[in-house]
Amino acid sequence: MSEATAVLASSLIVSPVFGIGISLLTFYAGSLLYKKTGSPLLNPLVLSMLMIIAILINFHISFDDYNRGGRFISFFLGPATVILALPLYKKISLLKENALPIITGITLGSAAGIVSIIAMCKMFGLDEIISTSMLPKSVTTPIGIEISGQLGGIPSITVAAIVFTGVTGVLLGPMVCRLFRIDDKVAVGVAIGTSSHALGTTKAVELGETEGAMSGLAIGIAGLVTVFLAPVLAELLM
Amino acid sequence: MAVNQFPYILLAMIKYLVQSGIILLVCFAGDLLQTFLNLPVPGNITGMLLLLVLLLTGLVKLPMIEDVGNFMLKHLSFFFIPAAVGLITCFSVLEGKWAVLIFISVISTFIIAAVTGITVQMLMKRRQARE
Repeated sequence: MSEATAVLASSLIVSPVFGIGISLLTFYAGSLLYKKTGSPLLNPLVLSMLMIIAILINFHISFDDYNRGGRFISFFLGPATVILALPLYKKISLLKENALPIITGITLGSAAGIVSIIAMCKMFGLDEIISTSMLPKSVTTPIGIEISGQLGGIPSITVAAIVFTGVTGVLLGPMVCRLFRIDDKVAVGVAIGTSSHALGTTKAVELGETEGAMSGLAIGIAGLVTVFLAPVLAELLM
Repeated sequence: MAVNQFPYILLAMIKYLVQSGIILLVCFAGDLLQTFLNLPVPGNITGMLLLLVLLLTGLVKLPMIEDVGNFMLKHLSFFFIPAAVGLITCFSVLEGKWAVLIFISVISTFIIAAVTGITVQMLMKRRQARE
């Protein structure tokens, strides 16, 4: 009996079904927990990642075994990036009235972020590959993965930094706005969306309709601005 | 499921397939554009810009992609799971650096929010004063 289960388990692990199945199950469990608690710390991606890593370590399963199925999910990163044009298109009319302040703010903010990351990574003597992976940490995940890969970073580190940034941004964004007396609704929304992408936007939506919409708009624009800024600044400063 | 509902279910399935096809086509076209024009922008992002242009020019209309698009956006983070789990292969590279990376993340997020917010507010106030 135990021999049969062992055979079954080992053939399951070498099949793509394992990676896909475990991702679906843990994401579903994570979504349920998130819905119950509503805490940004318990977002489905973080929960799913932690559960899968725990399972892989516990049962001595290699990442390559998991990724036989994972690859099929990662394939959808392409369409997932392309589809970001949809919310951007729906919100682009918001840009018309205040295009100059919004685009200038996002560009300066993103540039300041990248410069500060390069400076701090140098200060702490981090390897270039880690610094590169950190550069796109404030943009939305699919764009961040692309930028990281293009510049020679490790996309997995980028994803971790992006999710961490989003979770902290939920607290940090409104705090920064209070600290610097940023009370203009457009400015608050753009600041939150630019610094902490979709996760921060969930907080901006709570603050108000204008804040939420502006934060949502800023996600796409900050992503695109960073696509162009990151390689140039990395070339100049690293 | 009642038998007379069957044609509607079939139609809905065809609709989702067509919408998925359009999204995949744009994605592929973005890759092609990137390769052949040797753009400095990654292929997926070329695809995103292409879709934005197609939507703005009205060549692709919202109903042609909206259902599948909204479904994907709603569950977007699912597609990042394998990349996130890949962190497991980076544990040795990151050993002893976690605190530093957390510090850098927090400070840079702070700087981005502050610079963006202050800039937008300043420009908005200046514009309002002029009016």
